[in-house]
Amino acid sequence: MAVVTLNVNGQDVAVPAGASLLEATRAAAADVPTLCHLDGLNPVSSCRLCLVEVEGSTKLLPACSTAAAEGMVVHTHTPRLREYRRMTVELFFAEGNHVCAVCVANTHCELQDMAVTVGMDHSRFPYQYPQRSVDASHPQFTLDHNRCILCTRCVRVCDEIEGAHVWDIGSRGGHCHIVAGLDEPWGQVQACTSCGKCVEVCPTGALFRNTDTTAEKQPDASLPALLRSARDQHRWHNQ
Amino acid sequence: MPSPVQVRCCDASGCRSAGSQALRTALEGARDAAGLDPSQLTIKPVGCLRQCGSGPLVACDRPGRTQLFGGLAPEQAGALIAETLANPADDLAAHRIDLEGPFFALQRPVVLEGCGQVNPESIDDAIAFGTYAQLQRILQEFTPEQVRDEVRRSGLRGRGGAGYPTGLKWDTVALQPPGPRYVVCNADEGDPGAFMDRSVLESDPHRLIEGMAIAAYAVGAERGFVYVRAEYPLAIERLRLALQQARSRHLLGNHIHGTSFNLRLEVRVGAGAYVCGEETALLLSIQGQRGMPQPRPPFPAQSGLWGAPTLINNVETFTAVPAILREGGDWYAAMGTEHSKGTKVFALSGAVVNTGLVEVPMGTPLRTVVEVIGGGVPDGSPIKAVQTGGPSGGCIPAERLDTPVDYESLLELGSMMGSGGMVVMGQSTSMPEVARHFMGFSVNESCGKCVPCRAGTVQLAQLLDRFVERRATAEDMERLDALCQMVKVTSLCGLGQAAPNPVLSTLRWFRHEYEAACREPSDCVATARVR
Repeated sequence: MAVVTLNVNGQDVAVPAGASLLEATRAAAADVPTLCHLDGLNPVSSCRLCLVEVEGSTKLLPACSTAAAEGMVVHTHTPRLREYRRMTVELFFAEGNHVCAVCVANTHCELQDMAVTVGMDHSRFPYQYPQRSVDASHPQFTLDHNRCILCTRCVRVCDEIEGAHVWDIGSRGGHCHIVAGLDEPWGQVQACTSCGKCVEVCPTGALFRNTDTTAEKQPDASLPALLRSARDQHRWHNQ
Repeated sequence: MPSPVQVRCCDASGCRSAGSQALRTALEGARDAAGLDPSQLTIKPVGCLRQCGSGPLVACDRPGRTQLFGGLAPEQAGALIAETLANPADDLAAHRIDLEGPFFALQRPVVLEGCGQVNPESIDDAIAFGTYAQLQRILQEFTPEQVRDEVRRSGLRGRGGAGYPTGLKWDTVALQPPGPRYVVCNADEGDPGAFMDRSVLESDPHRLIEGMAIAAYAVGAERGFVYVRAEYPLAIERLRLALQQARSRHLLGNHIHGTSFNLRLEVRVGAGAYVCGEETALLLSIQGQRGMPQPRPPFPAQSGLWGAPTLINNVETFTAVPAILREGGDWYAAMGTEHSKGTKVFALSGAVVNTGLVEVPMGTPLRTVVEVIGGGVPDGSPIKAVQTGGPSGGCIPAERLDTPVDYESLLELGSMMGSGGMVVMGQSTSMPEVARHFMGFSVNESCGKCVPCRAGTVQLAQLLDRFVERRATAEDMERLDALCQMVKVTSLCGLGQAAPNPVLSTLRWFRHEYEAACREPSDCVATARVR
């Protein structure tokens, strides 16, 4: 197997050729934060938290969608990267309506964890308090747009893993929101198989089971990676 | 042959809105009233005559003399016909535009060569003017490598804004592994204040088609698209007509000029998203998907439309190609500066006497463009700043007007070439308001994919509101600086990365206006010094 060797934060690592920078930083135990990325789904580089500095590149590069290359010298936690990550998380909190105390995902929320990771205890940017709705038309699940950070994990898992493509994005800019079907109530979309993968991969409490109440959501985001590798290698865990 | 005596009436959008169609009808009536038939006096609709602010424009040709008139009413048609036939009419003197004046004399039309000369709806007229001659010549005499070599030698750089070397891009596409390739023309011109591409499409569509066909031959593509924004209905109509005419003359299709070269070109109309001018979003839009930028690499030259290598150039870039092949790459490279060759078309507007299209060699000082060619601010007061590059560019202050116009110099000043919009600002313009205006544009046009652009521009616009409303504090100043920097370096695509430019450039050159806009100006000045 061909490998490439590179240097992450002063540590030499070898990863298989074709691996992403993110995998290389993991090999160096560098703990690069991610929100939109999920193993098993195609990267979209939209949360910008995994941006890293690569020597010789004038731009910051998203670790999730940049291929690791021979001889790269990567820095993952420079002061400016830490500052940008904190600002990014502040922007996430300020643009939605994130109230942990009443959220189903409280204590199991990746956004909440991210705030702790980057040291964000308050937002320097004013909260926008947008008017957003809740779609409770599905018999088993609910979509609360107030808690959505537009990571598009649900869009991708439904399209790439389940193959149903129920979800997509509507509108643009700050008005962007997740739409079901042709912007219909979720419960009316016949393409939905009610598989629940979107609920499992949602990093916040935007998608949840109707049976869950405050702090009861226990998501399992490992599903896409398991299914992807099982399909690629034709090997299933129960065989 | 058309008669040597002719009247050319501008029939592009700008002059149409000033009433050029009624004027042309009146001129035809006046010609008939004078007892002349079309063979004695041709009245033809043409494309942009460039000094758009004085429309409707009419050019009168007689052997040895051409005169240009602006702002004529249909009632003056009779007098104009008499003037054309060599009976000077005094009452037209006020409408005469001096063709020897700096506005025209300092220009160097290459891309705009055929604009205002040919009837954009007639392929015969275009062919008589020499369009498609280079396509025929290169198909019969040149290999694709020779064409690319000529373009490389010309030093042409992408006219869409980023200035990537065109020859290099063509080589990259051509050298990909065998398989289908595409050529795409980016005609999604969306910068406020930019109307160069629209004018070219409306004035000389056949030249664009010729340029694209040459490019397709050079990179080995057999299919191409022109992506035009829906807000340009006349441009779309004329381009579609031109494509139809070119197909019926076998200048497009299979076995062009009896060679093995085939090319199918189609128009794709945008749906109103500015971000679709970004190349990866544009390609998704052509494929029928939501126009959202994708991380690069892979670059479209490697993997573009349906995963095939795709050449994307802007209207102006393709339109410059026929002239480069006719006169040779060295001829083109002789114009301009060391790193920016050739000519550039600018759309001049704002507080300036001569509004319109200006094509000048690269390296022409900005002052020449706005003060000499443009004629300065109408009331004679000094210019305060010049905005280039639209919402991705910045404001260049009056004291830097002697800077030569080229890609590097403008970047150094915190602005950019952009597609070519140039808005002149007088003394009464407030810079925080300018910055807020462009930030509002970016807020509306952000696609919403990445968080710095989606949420960051909203926060920036609100911060700028505080300055415009004079309730900003020293902390707002710090936040503005920090957030601009963050959005600039962390956004995914060029739109987000460039969105803070109007703020950063006005902060750099006009920081005192922001300081004065604070509730307690002295606090803000102090912060600035500490930094």
